[in-house]
Amino acid sequence: MKKLAFSLTALLAFGSIAALAAEAPKSVKIDLSNPGPYFTGDGSDAINANCTACHSAEMVLAQPALSRAAWQAEVGKMMKVYKASVDEQDIPAIVEYLSKVRGNGS
Amino acid sequence: MYSLNRRRFLLTASAAATLPKLARAQSSIDLGLPGGNGVHTLTKAGEFGQKSEGLILQRTRAPLLETPMSVFDEGVFTPNDKFYVRWHWADIPDSVDAEAFRLTVRGHTGKTLSLSLRELMALPRFEIAAVNQCSGNSRGFFAPRVPGGEWGNGAMGNARWTGVRLKDLLDHAGVKPGARQVRFNGLDQPTSPDGPDFMKSLTIDHARDGEVMVAYAMNGRPLPLLNGFPLRLVVPGWYATYWVKMLNDIEVLDKEDENFWMKTAYKIPDRSFATMRPDEKDVPVVPISRMLPRSFITNIPAQSRIAATAPVKARGIAFGGDSGVKEVDFSTDDGKSWQTAKLGKDEGTYGFRRWEADFTLPGPGAHTLKVRCTNTRGETQPDQPNWNPSGYMRSVIEATPVEAV
Repeated sequence: MKKLAFSLTALLAFGSIAALAAEAPKSVKIDLSNPGPYFTGDGSDAINANCTACHSAEMVLAQPALSRAAWQAEVGKMMKVYKASVDEQDIPAIVEYLSKVRGNGS
Repeated sequence: MYSLNRRRFLLTASAAATLPKLARAQSSIDLGLPGGNGVHTLTKAGEFGQKSEGLILQRTRAPLLETPMSVFDEGVFTPNDKFYVRWHWADIPDSVDAEAFRLTVRGHTGKTLSLSLRELMALPRFEIAAVNQCSGNSRGFFAPRVPGGEWGNGAMGNARWTGVRLKDLLDHAGVKPGARQVRFNGLDQPTSPDGPDFMKSLTIDHARDGEVMVAYAMNGRPLPLLNGFPLRLVVPGWYATYWVKMLNDIEVLDKEDENFWMKTAYKIPDRSFATMRPDEKDVPVVPISRMLPRSFITNIPAQSRIAATAPVKARGIAFGGDSGVKEVDFSTDDGKSWQTAKLGKDEGTYGFRRWEADFTLPGPGAHTLKVRCTNTRGETQPDQPNWNPSGYMRSVIEATPVEAV
C-alpha cells in the first residue's frame, strides 16, 4: 500500500493542477424491488415457476410471433447459455405457453 | 417507425415545433414495428430511481428502458433522467457507497491499483461527447423479425462524459510487456448460479488510445445508478456493449479473453453493414465493434399529416459512428432527390449533430421523408436494411411516411 500511495502522489503531480473542483461523491440508493409483471392466463404456472427468477414478463411478451421450434430454442438458450435452472419436466409446458401467446402457428 | 399511439397530427411549421411535448401525457406508445406487437407502457415518475416518467418500458427486471424519439428533438445531449437503460442481469446493487467503493486495476501490470472515487476524481480530467448506442438498437424493425430486445430507435443517447483516460490508469499501474487485452467488469451479477458474469474486453492498443475513458459524470452530473453509477467505461465510436456499467474491476490480460460475452455473444457477420441473408449458413462472424453513421427525423413522427404547399421545417439528429458527421441530406420523395441539410454546432466527433431542412410538399397525398448521414470517413447510410439473426447494427436510411393534406 505504501508503494501505491507513493505512485498516486506521483500521478497527481503529473496531473498537476488537474481540476480538483470535482464535487465530493455522494452515495446513491434507489428502489429496484419491483419484480415487474408475471405471466398470466392458462398454462402460465410453469413459465412463472422457472423463468421469472431472472426476468419479468414484458420482454418475452413483446417478442414477434415465433415458431414452436424458435421458442424451444429460446428456452434452450436460457438453460445452456445463461444457466437458467429450468426443471426439464417443465420445458414442454413453457414452450406450449409461449407458442400459445406468442406463436406463429408453425 | 416511431408513431404516437392512436393520434395523427396536422403539421405546420409552427405545430411541428411543439409536437413532441404531447407525447408525454400518454400512458403508452406504439413503436410501429413490422408485424406489430410494438405497444409499450411508459414509465411513471419514480418508478426507476432517478429516471423520469415517459420512458418506453421494455422490461422492469432486468431494466430495459427506451428513450422516446421526442426526447432527441429537445437537444443533442440526452438528459440523464431520460437516457435509455439496458442491463443483462437483474442482480444490480440498488445502492453504492461512494466512500467505500474502489476501482481495481490489476492483472498483467507492475502493480495493482485500488482507487477510491475521491482519488479518481483528483486525477487529470478528460471530457468527451459521445453517443452510447445499444448493439441491438432498432432491432424491432428487422425484417424478418428476430428475437431479442424489441427496441425502436431509442436505445441510444448522447452525453458529455467526464472522467479519466483509461490510458492514464493503465500507465500508472504499469502494463507489462506481452499484454494483449484489457477486461472490464462491473458490480452486477448473474441471477442464475453458474450464469456468465457480464464482462467485456478491448485490445491493449484500443484501451490506451487516449479516448477510451472511465467516466464518473455524464452531462456534468454523477451517472444515474441505472446508467452505471459510480463509474462506467466510455468507448467513443463503439457500441454500448463495451461501455461496462458500475465498473469496479479492470484486468490486463496477457492472452485473448475467452469469456462468453466476448467469445460467443455479440458477434456479427464479418461483412460491411453486418448483413447476411436469413437463409445463409456458416457465415464467418467477428465481435461487434465500431458504429456506423445514422440519422433521424425527430420532429415529424411517421403517419403525420402535413399541410401541402406550405413551408415546413424538418429537423433531427445525426451521428457519424466512429467518426464525425460530414454531411446530412434530406429527401421528400422517398430518396429520389436529396437536399443538403443545415448542420448545427459540432459538439464533438462522436456525438449527435443537429440538422435542419426546410421543405414544402408539392401536393396532397402520401409522401416519404428520408434523412441520410455521411461521416467524415466517407461512409454513407445504405438504402437497403441489413439483416442478421441477432438484430445488430441497423443503420439503413430511415423512411418516414407522411400524408400531405
